[in-house]
Amino acid sequence: MADVSLQTTPRVRSGRRNLRLWLPLAWITTLGLAALFAPLIAPHDPLYQDLFLERLPPFFMSGTEPGYWLGTDSLGRDVLSRVIYGTRIALCVSLIAATATCLVGSTLGLLAGYFGGWWDRVISRLIEIWMAFPPVLFAVLLVAVMGTGLTSVIVAIALIDWTRFARVIRAETMVQAQMDYVDSAQIGGARRLTTLVSEILPNVLPSIVALLMLEMGIAVIVEAILSFVNLSLSSDVATWGSMIAEGRNAIHFAWWVLLFPLIALFLTVLSFSQLGEGLKQRFDPVLQ
Amino acid sequence: MFLRTVLSRLLTTLVTLFGVAVVVFVLVRVAPGNPIAMMLPPGASEDDIAQLTALYGFDKSLVEQFFIWIGGVVQGDFGTSITLRQPVADLVLSRLPATLELSFFALLIAVAIGGVAAVIGARRRGSPTEAAVDLTSGAVLSIPDFLWGLLFVLLFGVLWPVLSISGRLDPRLEFDFLTNFVAIEGLLRGRFDVAGSAFSHMLMPALSLALPLAALIAQLLKQNLKEVLIQDYTTLPRVRGFSETQVILRDAMRNAALPTLTLVGVQFTFLIGGTVIVERLFAYGGLGNMAIDAVINRDLPLIQGIVLLFAALFVAINLLVDLSYTLLNPRLRHG
Repeated sequence: MADVSLQTTPRVRSGRRNLRLWLPLAWITTLGLAALFAPLIAPHDPLYQDLFLERLPPFFMSGTEPGYWLGTDSLGRDVLSRVIYGTRIALCVSLIAATATCLVGSTLGLLAGYFGGWWDRVISRLIEIWMAFPPVLFAVLLVAVMGTGLTSVIVAIALIDWTRFARVIRAETMVQAQMDYVDSAQIGGARRLTTLVSEILPNVLPSIVALLMLEMGIAVIVEAILSFVNLSLSSDVATWGSMIAEGRNAIHFAWWVLLFPLIALFLTVLSFSQLGEGLKQRFDPVLQ
Repeated sequence: MFLRTVLSRLLTTLVTLFGVAVVVFVLVRVAPGNPIAMMLPPGASEDDIAQLTALYGFDKSLVEQFFIWIGGVVQGDFGTSITLRQPVADLVLSRLPATLELSFFALLIAVAIGGVAAVIGARRRGSPTEAAVDLTSGAVLSIPDFLWGLLFVLLFGVLWPVLSISGRLDPRLEFDFLTNFVAIEGLLRGRFDVAGSAFSHMLMPALSLALPLAALIAQLLKQNLKEVLIQDYTTLPRVRGFSETQVILRDAMRNAALPTLTLVGVQFTFLIGGTVIVERLFAYGGLGNMAIDAVINRDLPLIQGIVLLFAALFVAINLLVDLSYTLLNPRLRHG
């Protein structure tokens, strides 16, 4: 019995691990294709209002209209087309905002963890102050200050969430800086900044990649939250967040306006986090 | 030594709070839009504008304004709300109980669900049940409170409408509250209809806040329990005939709970941070809901007061967790 379990465990594990990578990748690729080819796929103009066709239910209910698979919202706009066009903003925000957040946070984390001293004191203090803000309130406040729009949303996410990277990367850099290979690079005459970039960075990269994936999911959520309090983008762009806000308001008349973007958000957030976990396990030499 | 740790931690806490005060003060003041102009009817005279500007101190320099504000805060005076025309301290304190009740209720739910899942997982370690606990907690953990809230609105507010999706209490209930702790006061004064209504209004928002934390507790506590359960001292009770569940609850839990406790403390501040949007989603009359209104209305003193209160709450919780960890862990007591 013991032998059997010893043999099967690794195989089951690697199979599950692959599934963990491929399922999320498939969903995100679908989103990417939907974003790229939205005008070709979407059956209707996402902004076109048809007041004769308002609040049509989705295909599995009675009283539907052919061609409106997921129904229409309170202004008669096609829900499916809006979900498809919404992938554009969702992916755009997740890619740009998460990358910006990652760059800011990882840089500060590496500097604090490796150079220590004043670098560490100042950056750690900043992290502590930042962590004392409720993040959603911080985001709402920042966007109110900068004015609504895609750029504000992205800048706000980077300005708030850099601590997530900085904390983890700082701690990991501190551990790596104690290792022998760092000393030998120093003895070999490498400059400290060179050591940081060429020796330590590759070793903390798996964590950075995992956090980056996680942050992509979070960025989509933050955009949705800001849309929900009416602070994200103007209403002439279809976003999942604005659909959710409308769906919440019209919940007793047209709940499907909330349901479908919510499903898209669930799958996207879940995909990014599973992808992050899966990639981390794949890159981590200790876990292999 | 312990006293010195306490003092130095208190000092860094004050520095952090001062930093928060500076950041929020600068932020709200670079915001476009003149709050005074929003208060006055169109066509107000220059004189009126100047008078009102002076009343709120907006005619002074930024540095002066900051120190006037901080000077007041130290004495418990947080200024006057621009839109609601009441002292910020009173407004904020009237809303704080709602947020506290919600947060602690959520914490209770998280500990209950997470604890039970961890015990089940540790009890059946190596079996498909444990794999199921792992898989579920992993998935639940990655979905944030906002999405859970929306899902519950759909499920229990619309498709199977058993719970109210907005407010804090059934408005038809008549009851003179002495405090704003609606649920607790209802319980203590024996008005179970009031308490019941309060808890049923809190259930969905609290569950939304609790689920990610519950998943985290399940993962960490299960891991800690498993580590403790291979230690020698858990063999004796097994030999004496106690069941595995009894061994977990009586012997293993005591040592596995401490590291989990530290994590729960830190995560609790994240949970409280989540109340801002969850309260908005469920139209729950707490601090967070008020904060978003304050930002939308450019009510600078109110924003500053609420942010500062949240920050104070967060650093206080972190401080308590740190200190209790030092007290509870004998290895750190003489550090």
